Amino acid sequence: MRARISPRERLARIIRYHELLVGMVRKELKVKYKNSILGFAWSLLNPLLYLVVFYIAFEKILKSGIPAFPIWLLSGLLVWNLFSTGLGGSTGSVVANSGLVKKVAFPREILPLASVGSTLVHFFLQSLVLFVVLALVRWNVAWAYIPMLPVALVALLLITAALGILLSAINVYLRDTQHFLELALLAWFWVTPIVYAFQTVGTRQKSWFKMLWMANPVTPIVLMFQRAIYGELDNKKTGQPLLPHWSYGHYVAYLGWSFLFGIIVLVLAVWVFGRSEANFAEEL
Amino acid sequence: MGSAIEVRGVSKQFKLFHEHYTSLKERVINFGRIPYEPFLALDDIDFDVEQGATVGLLGHNGSGKSTLLKCVAGILQPTTGEIVTHGRVAALLELGAGFNHELTGRENVFMNAAILGLSKRDTEKVFDEIVAFAELEKFIDMQVRHYSSGMYVRLGFAVAVNVDPDILLVDEVLSVGDEAFQRKCLERVARFQREGRTILVVSHAADLVRRVCDRAIVLDHGKMVVDAPPGEAVRVFREHLQGGELSEPVEPVADAAPADTEPGAKATYRVRITGVTIDHPGRLLDRPWLLPDEAMTVRVHYHATERTDDVLFGIAIYDDRGNHLFGTNTRIIGVEVPPADGDGEMSFEFDRVPLLDGTYLVTLAIQSTDEGVVYDWREQQDQFAVMNPSRTQGAVSFPLEVRFGDPAMEPAEGTGA
Repeated sequence: MRARISPRERLARIIRYHELLVGMVRKELKVKYKNSILGFAWSLLNPLLYLVVFYIAFEKILKSGIPAFPIWLLSGLLVWNLFSTGLGGSTGSVVANSGLVKKVAFPREILPLASVGSTLVHFFLQSLVLFVVLALVRWNVAWAYIPMLPVALVALLLITAALGILLSAINVYLRDTQHFLELALLAWFWVTPIVYAFQTVGTRQKSWFKMLWMANPVTPIVLMFQRAIYGELDNKKTGQPLLPHWSYGHYVAYLGWSFLFGIIVLVLAVWVFGRSEANFAEEL
Repeated sequence: MGSAIEVRGVSKQFKLFHEHYTSLKERVINFGRIPYEPFLALDDIDFDVEQGATVGLLGHNGSGKSTLLKCVAGILQPTTGEIVTHGRVAALLELGAGFNHELTGRENVFMNAAILGLSKRDTEKVFDEIVAFAELEKFIDMQVRHYSSGMYVRLGFAVAVNVDPDILLVDEVLSVGDEAFQRKCLERVARFQREGRTILVVSHAADLVRRVCDRAIVLDHGKMVVDAPPGEAVRVFREHLQGGELSEPVEPVADAAPADTEPGAKATYRVRITGVTIDHPGRLLDRPWLLPDEAMTVRVHYHATERTDDVLFGIAIYDDRGNHLFGTNTRIIGVEVPPADGDGEMSFEFDRVPLLDGTYLVTLAIQSTDEGVVYDWREQQDQFAVMNPSRTQGAVSFPLEVRFGDPAMEPAEGTGA
């Protein structure tokens, strides 16, 4: 074993330690709800409470008038929760496990990855409940787009893991990262069309704001989930557009941007992480 | 056999920050620069550990030995130089590092083994052995937070030694647990040695190094002082630590005794000890300690304010724990003591000092022959050190010869026939 290793060896090392990754994910899941009465139910309660809040705010107060608002919201919110919780957890992961980092040698990337992994388990659980509800109310999903969901999910995991690895390394040196991220995620949430429809901004004239807004790499993923699960392109009651009237290929192509973004950040993240990892034990 | 660990010109520089700035505001205020002092924890360290060897890293606190071990373990990266290890490395830097208090012992065993690089299937194979070694059969499904510190440490050690490492890195942890568990740990280390595994052990316990190591490296302020057989290394270590002085000053053990019961409290100083020198062959070589069984002379210089006929000289030797090892006086020995008048000198000459290792304190006394009057009493103010270059253990150098097949040693002929 050599002290400094190439990115490819780095990746091979993570794969060799996949059992540790699985173990870490299991540990996070077990520890998270230990000593809480509701335990795993919190994983489901959390988006449900969000739903209640947004339903009251947007349907009862602002009267946005999106039909079947809960389904609209959840099709985007679950994706967002995976992103924001996974990113938040992984950013603090190296600092949170400082005891381990200072005493044992293992690929440190495992720590942010385990955070993303445990969030993924929650996501699956929440999605399962959502799909059960969809089946019960006999909701018409856009079946043609369902096969694209795993692809969109992979893109989301790529972005989350890449940013998570990057920020977890930076957070060791600048603990502000963690606090800044909370604010950044709040802003990011509102520039992602989750509670409002894509077409609210999508139909506007081309402008720098719209370009920037479209460049949000989470948007294509959320859009794909809404397209597949919510299925309706227009507001049935008012006739106003909700989702863009794009072709299948257009939706997939837009998703390609998320992949591209994820890969670029991942390369950067692995580079930054690899360079700074050497000093983790000293900085913590 | 090849090298298991190759350390090539390794230096490690730490930045000593006077304050730890980790927030953006503080960085901006300081224009991104943080005032620090460079601190060289390791300075151009170079050595190899052959496969199957047990090597000790000796040094006092702050000598860099733990830093070096962390570099070998891959936790710290050397600033310059390179470390190459061949085989699976298990580092015992802190027992139970990475245990999660919320999880049970069983879950933690699997987690810890995975962190050390063992697959789940392999862990299952050695799981029973781990639990048996830690003697935690009844508690293995209990949350680790309810463990006593001893249980915690035992489980940590049990996992680490059972992950089947090719190279075991040990930092001081052999000195944990109760005596029985320590013995068990040392037995396991001995088994590792028989199995041809490589061990790098950090310690400041010279005795342990002498017992288990084939070789030892002494570090002092980040520099490698010597790489030698353990006896020699221990000698250099002590010499370095003590900065050429006779020995680490040992606190006189009898200090705590109430003043009026001390024999010296009633000293009349009619005959006063003016100086004491302890001589031995090592002195000629500028070596401040004795080798076992070397000769030693304790010279006492005294001054009698008036002519005194009734004089007795006494000597006692204590070890550093205060155990009384030896005590006699001129009356017990039955030697004639000439009257003391003015300045004089007498000496206790030992043909050989049958001690193995340690620092010893000497008490000297001048009394009347019936020991009723104390002229002067010098309680444990002088000391000498014995250094054992061999790997023989213990405190006393028993004269010993070992014979094989000598007919004289066998039962008398014909008794059985």
